Amino acid sequence: MPCTMKRTPRTAALAGVAVVALTLTACGSSSKKASTPSGSATGGATSSGASASGGGGGGSTTTAAFNAGVGKVFNPSTAKGGTLRMAHSGDFDSLDPADTYYGYSWNFIRNYGRTLVVFKSAPGAAGAQLVPDLAETLGVPSDGNKTWTYKIRKGVKFEDGTVITSKDVKYAVERSLDKTVFPDGPTYFNDNLDLQGYTSPYKDTDPNKLGLKAIDTPDDNTIVFHLKAGFSGFDYFAQLPQTIPVPQAKDTGTKYKEHVISSGPYMFASNDLGKKFVLKRNPYYDAATDPDSGRLALPDQISVELNVNAADIDNRLLSGDLDVQIEGTGLGAEAQGKVLSDPKLKANSDSAAIARTWFTVVNSDVAPLNNIDCRKAVQYAADKVGYQRSYGGATGGDIATSLLPPLIPGARKIDLYEAAAMPGGDVAKAKAALTACGQPNGFSTNISYRVERPKEKAVAEELQQSLAKVGIKLTIKPYPQGDYFKLYAGKPDFAKSNGLGLMVYGWGADWPDGYGFLEQIVDSRTIRAAGNTNLGIKLPEVDALLDKAFATTDITAREKIWGDIDQKVMESGEVLPGIWAKGLDYRPPNLTNVFVNDGFGEYDYTTLGTTKT
Amino acid sequence: MLVYIVRRLFIAVVLLFIVTAVAFSIFFLVPRIAGASADDLASRYVGKSAGAEQIHQTAVHLGLTDPIWVQYGRFAKGIFVGSNYDTGPSVERCPAPCLGYSFVTQNPVLPDLLKRLPVTMSLAGGAAVLWLLGGVFAGVVSALRRGTVIDRTAMGIALAGVSLPIFFTGLLSLSIFSYALGWTAPGGSYTSITTNPGSWAYDLMLPWITLAFLYAAAYARLTRAGMLETMNEDYIRTARAKGLRESDVVIKHGLRASLTPILTIFGLDLGLLLGGAILTETAYSLPGIGQYALIGLNTNDLPKVLGVTILGATFIIVANLVVDLLYAVVDPRVRTR
Repeated sequence: MPCTMKRTPRTAALAGVAVVALTLTACGSSSKKASTPSGSATGGATSSGASASGGGGGGSTTTAAFNAGVGKVFNPSTAKGGTLRMAHSGDFDSLDPADTYYGYSWNFIRNYGRTLVVFKSAPGAAGAQLVPDLAETLGVPSDGNKTWTYKIRKGVKFEDGTVITSKDVKYAVERSLDKTVFPDGPTYFNDNLDLQGYTSPYKDTDPNKLGLKAIDTPDDNTIVFHLKAGFSGFDYFAQLPQTIPVPQAKDTGTKYKEHVISSGPYMFASNDLGKKFVLKRNPYYDAATDPDSGRLALPDQISVELNVNAADIDNRLLSGDLDVQIEGTGLGAEAQGKVLSDPKLKANSDSAAIARTWFTVVNSDVAPLNNIDCRKAVQYAADKVGYQRSYGGATGGDIATSLLPPLIPGARKIDLYEAAAMPGGDVAKAKAALTACGQPNGFSTNISYRVERPKEKAVAEELQQSLAKVGIKLTIKPYPQGDYFKLYAGKPDFAKSNGLGLMVYGWGADWPDGYGFLEQIVDSRTIRAAGNTNLGIKLPEVDALLDKAFATTDITAREKIWGDIDQKVMESGEVLPGIWAKGLDYRPPNLTNVFVNDGFGEYDYTTLGTTKT
Repeated sequence: MLVYIVRRLFIAVVLLFIVTAVAFSIFFLVPRIAGASADDLASRYVGKSAGAEQIHQTAVHLGLTDPIWVQYGRFAKGIFVGSNYDTGPSVERCPAPCLGYSFVTQNPVLPDLLKRLPVTMSLAGGAAVLWLLGGVFAGVVSALRRGTVIDRTAMGIALAGVSLPIFFTGLLSLSIFSYALGWTAPGGSYTSITTNPGSWAYDLMLPWITLAFLYAAAYARLTRAGMLETMNEDYIRTARAKGLRESDVVIKHGLRASLTPILTIFGLDLGLLLGGAILTETAYSLPGIGQYALIGLNTNDLPKVLGVTILGATFIIVANLVVDLLYAVVDPRVRTR
């Protein structure tokens, strides 16, 4: 997912409580998934109400069935013991709470760190609810939301038995501000705290390295944040891993990731960077100080292997040699086929809808696509079935009829170009549109995609074939993924001068929220000289609707606006929707308390247990 | 002999210097010539929400804004006298030979390489023993039984070994022997030989066999060809005429003479593998030098790739030197020159 979530001061000031906050960890995961609100387990013993998951609705089931872990707890248990075995196909983002920006990492970090507030460990929509963690309550705002106060719970300790104080939280946030030492973490505190020129505790002349004036610690249990401008969604900042306390005396900067001092239920037993790390129980973790988060801490140990061959991870999951693929990106194509064709394996899998749309931008900067009828011709002529086939068919997702994924609140059925009725394309209407735009014999343009992505290549080829039927000739232009946004498709001058009329693309949000999904891809004011995630959608009426949404505090009214924006974008013809994505996860039978947490869009990593000892 | 060794060592140092200069230029100079600015390069090492100012700060922090010769000078200086690196709260010493530090993990490269080296050495060493023994034995038998079913079978297997890529045989063998039958260790298994030699061998058994299968094929074909040529030499006929036992004729006279080209290619192969068996380590998820190189490539972490390049070049140069010295042992004709 292209993720440059740099927010402008304007939007920071205007953003409403939840909508803005829900974007804070957008880009968190390499695959941003979110479950459907309700599960679709077929048959099996189910129950409703509280479960072993630590609370929340959704019920539970003990019978293996497809999607039994979506919207409810599969295999609830309170049995402790065993080792939860996880693996990652690459290196871990970072174990340092100041330097991590991936959803799976934020999901996992709750095992060894406690933030001021946290997403509740619960299935379904309850998982997207913030609850106090290290703090006694959610933040208390004052001064027009410019000041936020939290009371730290008493009796919470680090792994060495030292009591955690507000100064440890302040220091943690301070160090995270230094982007030369911790370049990968989000910049929300940098952007919104009233820093007054403060840059880093490592350059701080204060003897206690606590010279930041934007955070006060009047006593050991109180921490007060001062913002540049009022911001009603600050609780979502407070759930960032950057608020996990760090004892200043133990801070080793870039080397802190080698031994993070735990404040959560687990601490590091070993940590061989790039290879494997193992967590064991933190003897100073007291569950009585953690009544709200829903953590269960069932396994005695959690092991995470790194840089494991992705195909091997799938094999090991299916053979029972591994419990969880920690990145949460789902099974690979080969394993998907194996699982879906075997009823027994399929009953141990979950197909959760993802808050992601794969689509193609129709560039209105490139003639003749600056004519809306020419764009409509593309919309009608495109073979949506071919688009879906490029992503693996129905397993990869449903044919999209508009930009906004259905699980985003406010999404409504919009199908202006007959994607549902004529998914193979409507040649007659496409030709009529071409005539209307003065190109009755069609025209030529280019289509770009990321060269490392075979599915995008397949999309380009499918569109090349289907658009050729009405005389639109596409020349395929592959570009390297790493520079796709900085130098090519995301650089308006390049896209225009090189005639990139169509640009294959995709976008996902961490949580099912309209702001998090739309703002970075349709707000024309985010477009800069290069490095754009909005590849050229410049619609004043959409910008106005976004502003209206930022200022709207009523949730229902705000959610309606997301649907209105979707409608406007589709009317412009500047987005050719492809598919609304889905992922396929496998849960080995030995796992207990399995469910997809909507807060992270992945299995919840703080409640999983194992029956293997 | 001593003068020869000293001369070769001197050449080795010059070669290494050239390798570092060329590798450094490829990674740092070529992108600049192609138009990439220091900030463009730095943008690969910042977070997703980084703005222009942060990217520039990172470029300065990584030294990418300095002229290229200053960057290379700093790198070369680190190799000979070490260098310092900023961890935030303190400045740490990277002692000579310092190969720089990762742009992504911000860890010094050499300690990372040295931690992974035993894995690669274990993999390459064990596989080398297998492929050398297996390949040479198969080659000798094929040559002596030329045209028979044994010859054709051995060469058929050899052809299959050369043809099948290791990322295929690796994953297939894991599926069958580790996950279906449970005979061998799962992917990612590695135990240090000093911790438990039995587990070390058990964990590496499958990677050894798979890697050896690939290399043994080439050695079998090479040995067979060499043996066929050697066994037709006049001195072999003379040896037989003198009444030597056939085993002595084959091993002492035939095989020994055929070993020279085998030794040459063995030195190169082993040196190359010690610099990282990328495909094998990736297929079996072994945390060795090859996997480190791949991680570096995937993350544009140039210091990591540069470190592996230098280490690999060192192994190849050293292996070549050792092979040249061993010629004298294997082939008496070299000794008499």
